[in-house]
Amino acid sequence: MKRVFLFIPVVIAVVLGVFLFAGIGKDPNKLESALIGKPVPEFLLSDLHDEGRELTPDVFKGQVSLLNVWGTWCPACRDEHDDLVWLAEDKGIRIVGLNYKDNRDDALVWLDRLGDPYQVSIYDPRGRLGFDLGVYGAPETYVIDGEGIVRHRHVGVVNEKVWEQDIEPLVNRYKEKI
Amino acid sequence: MFRPVLIALLLMSYGPSLMAEPEPEDVYSFDTREQEERFQNLTSELRCPKCQNQNIADSNAPISKDMRAEVYLMMSEGASNEEIVGALVGRFGEFVRYKPEVDRRTILLWATPVIAVVIGLLVVATIVIRARRYGDSEPTLSNEERARASRILAGDDSDRAS
Repeated sequence: MKRVFLFIPVVIAVVLGVFLFAGIGKDPNKLESALIGKPVPEFLLSDLHDEGRELTPDVFKGQVSLLNVWGTWCPACRDEHDDLVWLAEDKGIRIVGLNYKDNRDDALVWLDRLGDPYQVSIYDPRGRLGFDLGVYGAPETYVIDGEGIVRHRHVGVVNEKVWEQDIEPLVNRYKEKI
Repeated sequence: MFRPVLIALLLMSYGPSLMAEPEPEDVYSFDTREQEERFQNLTSELRCPKCQNQNIADSNAPISKDMRAEVYLMMSEGASNEEIVGALVGRFGEFVRYKPEVDRRTILLWATPVIAVVIGLLVVATIVIRARRYGDSEPTLSNEERARASRILAGDDSDRAS
């Protein structure tokens, strides 16, 4: 009976080991969005290209879209920009841009110079929609289904690998549902 | 001769103004002392999603600034503490709570200290009970050993193993 008790530390070590091992390699900076499965928050913001045109969550209705949060002040956004252009032009993906805490003129110059992958561009200079979405650092990219429901969030740069592993399967799955 | 002292004094007088100060737009004013304390408590219990080991009261990240502004705005609109925390959790997730709510997912987190203390008490109690039970019934030295020990202590070395 006593011998059995001697194994308790080993059992505890193994259980803790399995538990902690599962956490290795997880990036603690990547948080699951609180909005998964919920609709895109209400907003009424102007179009980046046309100050007079007002946009609402209706821009997501009917098609699966990526919502990409960016700003000209964000170096990593520059890094992923070419990949977004590739997604929009070669893969035909619908990307909605959310120009976040930025300046309209700077943003337009950026899109003019580097190419514009966005079918719709929302201008959010005060970061209101960003705040409601729980954006805590650009770039962030969301998968929004045809009913305007948030399905996935990716924090950080979208590149070919991220696209193929995390985003493309989801986009294809929700496209089938339409 | 006095110049180095003067320069040092001048530098010291500049010191405070060289330190980082919060931006003026980020200073909040409160009508009452209680409100100010409430704001301090709320912002120190909410965690910054960007700089993950800081609360939003201490963090300089832009997102923390936005979150402080939201806390202030909701307070001035008369929202309760639960409503304010709930609004931020709804946007940023359970992560922003430094004090997670007690539910099925977090029960282990809350119970672990209690469990650890109980296990510790059980171990100590077992050791004490055992020591009493065996300690009283079996004297450490037999009579023969005791006699031998007193001989050795008395200086009689003939008994010592060589």
